[in-house]
Amino acid sequence: MGDQKFEALKGVSFDIAAGEFVAIMGASGSGKSTSMNILGCLDRPTSGCYLLDGVDVGEMTADQLADIRNKKLGFVFQGFNLLARTPAIENVELPLVYAGLHSKERRQRALIAMEQVGLAGKENNHPSQLSGGQQQRVAIARALVNNPAVILADEPTGNLDSSTSEEIMGLFTDLNRQGITIIMVTHESDVAAYAGRRITFRDGRIISDSQAALAYPVRETA
Amino acid sequence: MDFIQTLKIALRALRTNKMRSFLTMLGIIIGIAAVIAMMAVGTGASYVISQQIASIGSNIILVIPGSTTSGGLRTGSGGAQTLTSDDVKAIMAECPSVALAAGTVRSSGQVVYGNMNWSTVIMGGGPELFEIREWGVSSGRSITQQDVDGALKVCLLGQTVADNLFGSADPVGSIVRIKKIPFTVIGVLESKGQSPQGTDQDDTIFVPLRTAQRNLVRSQHTNSVGALIVKAKSEALLGKAEEEIKGLLNQRHRITGDKEPDFSTRNLSEILAVAEQSSKAMSLLLGAVASISLIVGGIGIMNIMLVSVTERTREIGIRMAIGAKKNDILLQFMTEAVLLTMLGGLIGIALGTGGATIVSSLLGWPTMISIQSITIAFFFSAAVGIFFGFYPARKAAGLNPIDALRYE
Repeated sequence: MGDQKFEALKGVSFDIAAGEFVAIMGASGSGKSTSMNILGCLDRPTSGCYLLDGVDVGEMTADQLADIRNKKLGFVFQGFNLLARTPAIENVELPLVYAGLHSKERRQRALIAMEQVGLAGKENNHPSQLSGGQQQRVAIARALVNNPAVILADEPTGNLDSSTSEEIMGLFTDLNRQGITIIMVTHESDVAAYAGRRITFRDGRIISDSQAALAYPVRETA
Repeated sequence: MDFIQTLKIALRALRTNKMRSFLTMLGIIIGIAAVIAMMAVGTGASYVISQQIASIGSNIILVIPGSTTSGGLRTGSGGAQTLTSDDVKAIMAECPSVALAAGTVRSSGQVVYGNMNWSTVIMGGGPELFEIREWGVSSGRSITQQDVDGALKVCLLGQTVADNLFGSADPVGSIVRIKKIPFTVIGVLESKGQSPQGTDQDDTIFVPLRTAQRNLVRSQHTNSVGALIVKAKSEALLGKAEEEIKGLLNQRHRITGDKEPDFSTRNLSEILAVAEQSSKAMSLLLGAVASISLIVGGIGIMNIMLVSVTERTREIGIRMAIGAKKNDILLQFMTEAVLLTMLGGLIGIALGTGGATIVSSLLGWPTMISIQSITIAFFFSAAVGIFFGFYPARKAAGLNPIDALRYE
């Protein structure tokens, strides 16, 4: 660090259309995490711009970014990142808390999201009482509950065994079919195979951007 | 984010570390309990003092004879016998701001009844004295002008004297011997309790002024009096009455230029003010000591909140990633800190109130717990939370979501 300027991304330019399922690949240090942070509105580019839904995110304040993360984006992390000692249902409700919804509506929507990820009945379990796969489902439910346009997943299967990984990827595929754009960072090619498009980074540049044939047609959304 | 949710999150965080929360609160608990208990003792004491002084009357002026010099030795204040019954009459007649004036003489001696005897203070006074002091009798009658004019050998007993000489029997009509002279008991005074100086005001026997001047007090003139009690027409006229008395007595005693007056005046509102001031200073001091413990407690809160923010960096990151704004995080940690101090404050108020009650019942100290001190303590504890919680909360709110998420 120090005073030295490090360019994590150099001359990177790409578009992601609504409804796409994109896998971002690359070795560590390739710039994929930085691009993910920018896409997730957690970070702002020092130069260049990122248009989300046609709006330049670079100009926004921290609170405006928080609002966008809350309303348009959903996050799924490698380490699940659930709040410990907090029942699953309340973890799922959390984005709605910050959206300012009333407790009745929060509970209702959280229950629907829990059902969507196949965790009906586990509402009151704490994360420590759930398996890794179940915890990731709770995280996905939390990402879903705000009806986001985009779900950003950072190595979502990194901590899971292969059969659980398949279940989780199946879940993402389902969500994508429902029209949610999914952007996923991974370094496992078999996980990336679920995505319709693969963008590969190396040393801060995109070295490949390939469109794979999808098992189902990409929905055209304006 | 709504307030109930914030409160719920804060409560959960405090419950997670019950022992730590309690220990953190302890500083505030002790501080608030100390403030409450000390204020209770302080206000109780000053209330009693002001009650006692008020019972004497706040529009009363004392005129005390000055000192005399004999053979190079000066007596103390009141040693001279420069005031006379004529001075009393003159004050009554010539000072417009004075309502009543009473001369008194004071002596002490043995009082005997049958085989019982008791050493006590003997006061000579007339009906004005009892009117000014608003002293009534619990049995029998008080001293009248006829008693004074006739220098009758009658006496009025203070409750303590009556108890010691007569026990539970009614003394009215009995004969007691004061300095070997027989006096008829005409009544018993109502109990007056302790004076502000702590002496027993009931341990006194009263006789008519002239009787005392003639038979019980050795003096140059039979009409000299020890001290004058003067009642001003109102509290507002107190200063004016005092000036009038000084002027009149200077004139009557021919005191001019730099000649030292042979009397001095005091008014009780001055004494009251001094007493109130000293008790105020005392409670201020106690309050300062207690505030220090509150500040120490507050620093403890800040310390723990900083630890908590560091421990929960990841949680903060998660909350930020899913849409918590800076203010949401700030409010969450502030709420936690204020909740800690307010809970501590409530427990402290309960402990302090209980402690004060125990102190007053065990040691017999007068304590008074005012709603005011409880309210102040409560809001002060909340203020400690706001003050010492702000820095850690701001630190939490200022975290970068990416760094916070990555924090291990």
